[in-house]
Amino acid sequence: MSLRRFVVRRALSVVPVLFGVSVITFGLFHLTPGDPVSQLVALNPDVSAAEEARLRERWGLSGPVWRQYLAWLSNVLVGDFGRELRTGRAVSGILWRRLPETIVLGVFGWAFAIAIAIPAGIYAAVNKGRLGDVAARVLALSGVSIPNFWLGLLLILVLSLYLGLFPVLPPSRLPLYHPETLRYLLLPGVTIGTAAAASVTRVMRTSMAEELNEEYVTAARARGLPERTVVFKHVLRNSLVSVVTLAATLTAGIVAGSVVVESVFNWPGLGSEFVRAIDRREVNVVMAITLVTAVAVVLANLLADVLYAVLDPRIRYD
Amino acid sequence: MTDGDDPGTDVTDDDDPGTDSAGSRARSRTDERGRIRITGFDADRVRDRDPLSERGDEAAGGTNGGTAAEMDGRWRRGLRRFGRNRSAMTALAIVVSMATVSLLARPVEVLGVVVQPFALAPYDPTTILYLSVDPSVSPYDPPSWRFPMGVDGSGRDLFSRVLVGGRYSISIGFVVVGLTASFGLAYGAISGYYGGVVDEVMMRIVDVVFAFPGLVLALVVVATLGGGYWQLVVAFSLFGWAGYARLVRGEVLSIAEREYVVAAKAIGARDRAVIRRHVAPNALSPLVVLASLNVGSVVIGVAALGFLGLGMDPSTAEWGTMLDATRETLIQGPGGRIPWWATVYPGGAIFVFVLAMNVIGDGINDALDARTTGVGRDGRGGRKERDGGDRGDRGGDES
Repeated sequence: MSLRRFVVRRALSVVPVLFGVSVITFGLFHLTPGDPVSQLVALNPDVSAAEEARLRERWGLSGPVWRQYLAWLSNVLVGDFGRELRTGRAVSGILWRRLPETIVLGVFGWAFAIAIAIPAGIYAAVNKGRLGDVAARVLALSGVSIPNFWLGLLLILVLSLYLGLFPVLPPSRLPLYHPETLRYLLLPGVTIGTAAAASVTRVMRTSMAEELNEEYVTAARARGLPERTVVFKHVLRNSLVSVVTLAATLTAGIVAGSVVVESVFNWPGLGSEFVRAIDRREVNVVMAITLVTAVAVVLANLLADVLYAVLDPRIRYD
Repeated sequence: MTDGDDPGTDVTDDDDPGTDSAGSRARSRTDERGRIRITGFDADRVRDRDPLSERGDEAAGGTNGGTAAEMDGRWRRGLRRFGRNRSAMTALAIVVSMATVSLLARPVEVLGVVVQPFALAPYDPTTILYLSVDPSVSPYDPPSWRFPMGVDGSGRDLFSRVLVGGRYSISIGFVVVGLTASFGLAYGAISGYYGGVVDEVMMRIVDVVFAFPGLVLALVVVATLGGGYWQLVVAFSLFGWAGYARLVRGEVLSIAEREYVVAAKAIGARDRAVIRRHVAPNALSPLVVLASLNVGSVVIGVAALGFLGLGMDPSTAEWGTMLDATRETLIQGPGGRIPWWATVYPGGAIFVFVLAMNVIGDGINDALDARTTGVGRDGRGGRKERDGGDRGDRGGDES
């Protein structure tokens, strides 16, 4: 199969998944008792039945479920996620305002993870069994095991409160492009990236160590290539393949992590908005963010698979 | 390989074109050569003969390590290897003692009957000390002999709360993993074994579930169902099985190709028997590894929900909920003393438990995978070991 055909086929397979994602998102909120209108009615008891019916009509909550679903889906497809129940603001506006914040945080987390994990994994694999390897393994295992909210709290505790190196929380936040933002970004970014860094280190170390035992490595050494060339040109490339397969899963982890970490640091992204919306039962906002999250993960998966096929041609012939 | 339409057909290799035309003479000739010869084979008829096909299963499995006895041996070897792994055994001791301590922390009553009378925790975890025990205690008193982990923001004894707190997180972790792993095992085994359209549809469903980060779905479920113990179990079980299903399906796809499965099918064993007796047991060891690693991530997930204020009731002594209560004080800046103990101890308990669980998971992985490497079956031993490890890592990061 040519690469292009593989990509097209893989991209097409996303369509039914996205459809399923929309069904689950919709189903989670509409098959459970208590839709937004009945909540509103519960809040003001003097709403008449006629008004209630009118409200349902306006929010697309009348008629059979499948029709409600279609109405919702056709709105979502053109970027209309409805309105907040209490304020009447458009949900899409909220999304557009919050999304960049989360993306910046996630990208920073990823960059931190890669910057730490790749060198650490290489180092551990090359020095397998020695002190450095053991230290890297212990650290990686701790990184996988530490709850990100606790790590965030500890960082605040030590770096902000005791050492005063970072502001605990910004009194009013600066725009994202401001250079000062980096200082606010550092702690949440490190917090969100730690789990990914630890996982990548573990996988990197295992796959490097395994590749180093392959025959082509012996052959390259026998040809008299310097060890550095062997490790960085031959082995590294092959080991990165397994990191790419991990990348999609880790992206999902970072997306989920943003919900918690943003709440720890009051970072005004999608994650903290999500928690706030759940607290206030803003169904439209919760649905929109759930959907956006899932779509992001599906696309990340697609990207990882395509990247995988580019790096490792064998996969295309499955 | 088989020719089910005609009960009288020999199933032999068809290299020799003379076999069919030469009739019974040729048949006896192949017999003498010791070729495989199956006469009177009829798949439909054999399906009805239950006892015979069951016995056939065993005989077929025996050649390739699928029988009960050999399975036992494999698990026993793994167990011995695990026992020699000192860090894994230490971790196991930690997990067992944490679970025991949390169970013994306060008496347990079931329907008014005291089932467990011990009380290791000095105070009731919900007692506000300055109201009922000692008026001189104030919120956020530092650790002391009387209160080894200090006092929390509402004036409750942190030590007692940390001891009791394990009950919720640990038990939810194991219950959820038990439920999701068994469902995932069945789902994945069915999907991988039948293949074709069934597999396609079932795996698309898994893809869909996988698109949602587990924590996000759990949040949504808890938001609709409300907080509480069983609500948390549901929240994490409802969509947590997808990882196991995908893993088992992959294993099953490779197992289904093995000789002992082909042989069992050729003998006419029913699908259910083949799945239950050959396919599922052999797919079990990577599942056990993933399950052990997932206990930790469920525990973190439960604590995360508690931390976001959506898990148990806010006054419950649950590790994550306890952290939520201290966050505000921490964030708003210290009014004088920094109450580090209220953050360090509950979170530390989660961390130690999850770390120990992950060490156990790694230990199980080493113990069970080494067998594959050692035997080198199908020439895929080493490859498989690494796959198992990678999946484990992925499993650990879902929340």
